[in-house]
Amino acid sequence: MMPDKDEILSSLPAYRDAIKELREPLLANLVMVSEIPAPTFQEAERVRFLQDRFIESGLQNISTDEVGNAVGILPGKEGADRNIIVHANVDTPHPKEADHTVNVDPDCLVGLSTGFNSLGLATLITLPMLLEHLGLELQSNLVLLGTVRSIGRGDLAGLRFFLDNTTLPILAGVPVEGMQLGSQSYRAIGMVRGEITCHVPEEYNWNRFGAAGAINALNEVINAINAIPLPSRPRVSIVFGSIEGGTPFARVATDAALRLDIRSESGGLADWVRQRVRDICAEVSAITGAEVTVDFFARRQPGGIQFSDYLARWGREILEALGIEPRVAPSFSSISAFSDRDIPALRLAITRGETLKNNKERLEIAPMFSGLAQLLGVLLAIDAGYRDED
Amino acid sequence: MKTEDWLKNNTFHHSVFWDLLKLVKEKEKQKLTISLCIPTLNEEKTIGKEIILFKSELMHRYPLLDEIAVIDSGSRDRTCETAASYGADVYLANEILPELGDRKGKGENLWKAIYQLKGDIIVYIDADIKNIHPRFVYGLVAPLLYNQKTQYVKAFYDRPLAFSQGVRPSGGGRVTEILIRPLFSLFMPELTAIVQPLSGEYAVRREVLEALSFPIGYGVETAHIIDVYNKWGIEAFAQTDLDQRRHRNQETRDLGKMSFGILQIFFQRLQTLGMISEISQIAPVLHQFQAQDKAYERISYTIKEEERPPMIEVPAYRKLRGLDK
Repeated sequence: MMPDKDEILSSLPAYRDAIKELREPLLANLVMVSEIPAPTFQEAERVRFLQDRFIESGLQNISTDEVGNAVGILPGKEGADRNIIVHANVDTPHPKEADHTVNVDPDCLVGLSTGFNSLGLATLITLPMLLEHLGLELQSNLVLLGTVRSIGRGDLAGLRFFLDNTTLPILAGVPVEGMQLGSQSYRAIGMVRGEITCHVPEEYNWNRFGAAGAINALNEVINAINAIPLPSRPRVSIVFGSIEGGTPFARVATDAALRLDIRSESGGLADWVRQRVRDICAEVSAITGAEVTVDFFARRQPGGIQFSDYLARWGREILEALGIEPRVAPSFSSISAFSDRDIPALRLAITRGETLKNNKERLEIAPMFSGLAQLLGVLLAIDAGYRDED
Repeated sequence: MKTEDWLKNNTFHHSVFWDLLKLVKEKEKQKLTISLCIPTLNEEKTIGKEIILFKSELMHRYPLLDEIAVIDSGSRDRTCETAASYGADVYLANEILPELGDRKGKGENLWKAIYQLKGDIIVYIDADIKNIHPRFVYGLVAPLLYNQKTQYVKAFYDRPLAFSQGVRPSGGGRVTEILIRPLFSLFMPELTAIVQPLSGEYAVRREVLEALSFPIGYGVETAHIIDVYNKWGIEAFAQTDLDQRRHRNQETRDLGKMSFGILQIFFQRLQTLGMISEISQIAPVLHQFQAQDKAYERISYTIKEEERPPMIEVPAYRKLRGLDK
């Protein structure tokens, strides 16, 4: 018999307490996942680790697909017609040779990509043990999915591939990330991601008026992008993510690069800005003589469920039942892959933390138990099928 | 046994022991218990991770370990608190066998662990390993479980030294290469095949541990190697490659102190074995120099390698284990 709504909400604090008993396995999984480097397109070792954990948990249909995703299914009582995807990204932005060592203090962990997104993966592989520990058995199958090629130039390729090719009917998707607990996303913002590169060739005419190297040319591009008139509605923003170029002092830079996102509530508006950026690059190239090229390699359509949708509403009520103030945050990642295929999805975060100056992430341990109780609540709600009642 | 044969048959890579289920079954078949001892002194930065990983992976998931214990020398940081909070049994070295007094040194903790811990096999793992992994334990225990003749299993590594610009691919074990291996080459050539005789990670059968005397300072590992070799031969040893070990790098000055302690033990063992004639009184004082402005200053350290007797000779231990019945 399905638990009723009040029953689920009132059980959450007890679940949180019981989850604390699994602190060591959860943290051990988090440490071990975090210490396996997994730059985008080089995720195989992490995927093997996930599969080993899936096997140890007795999951079914454990496999990798053509792109290298790791998947395992925890069967529900009802079988193949009801499937919930719990998903986390496998890849990280850090190179293999970076120091992936994790430090564990009594109240926190510090390491590269612990929050984004090793904790998501640790949640995935601890979930079967957690359900067993609490004596919970769902009606629906849980499809535990670690996706590769998610970030940067990966552009959610792993998740898109799985959703395009799976034959399983999917009830909902639950992307899990490390931080910040309390923030939930159910709508994707439209996004175009690209890289602008400036190159000054060897045969460049340095006597030409305005000739000053690749960084100056890139600066021209940035000034022009900042001058693009943007409407206040629908909202749109241009985010400069990183910039690099040049060598030491006193040498004219021959190369420079800028990585940027164009984000908008409107897919059409994002496309319009993208075309303006292309025009700007061509114009600066013509004026300065530098080779200015732009490569837009990732594109996401806006979409997702509404504020009043059952899943969004449940997400808020579950957080409130755990004494956590819900914060709605737009998603720039996996929600769009689900919404493109009309699958309702709710992105959750498991704990609180911060990114330190050395790029390492510091995660608080205590809030993780609430974060996991939140995940259980959401899974129980989806499993109970309250959508049908709406 | 020829050194080449020993290297071929008794040197392993941890990956050959990947099947932990098989290992646990072997342990259960032999009705053995295994204890992990982590000697500590101010290791709050790394101890938590060690406890979490070993407890989760080698007690809960694969019950290879029966006991995880921290033997602390009086840490002033949160080492004991952290270890206890993650479920380790924490003991203060000075509270174990208090009637025998308290000595300061890692060897003291290792020796007292034989009394305090219950296992038929004791695994010693240093607490300063940043990239700790379950292989550090199962890689050392497995040769003991799979070969009854093996008594003492040493770890070896490709040791990187931490540098500000990242991690250098190899180059650790300076005392081994500059001091220990040349000494072994001169006096006990078979032992040169032990890749890292000073590594702080090893697994040993209780019958062997309780029969060894324990220098309380830097010489404990060297003494063990020599004593086990002379009593049981090279075939009693095995060694396992555990890949990389990331740890704090020690100053050359500190390595000098370590070498000084090891040399004392080495000379003492050579004398006992009759390999060198008696040498005149050795002053246990190490002199090092440092420059201050234009003057040079001598700094002297007294480093005396005291030894604890074999635990089997300690009445309290014999009573605890019922050895006099």
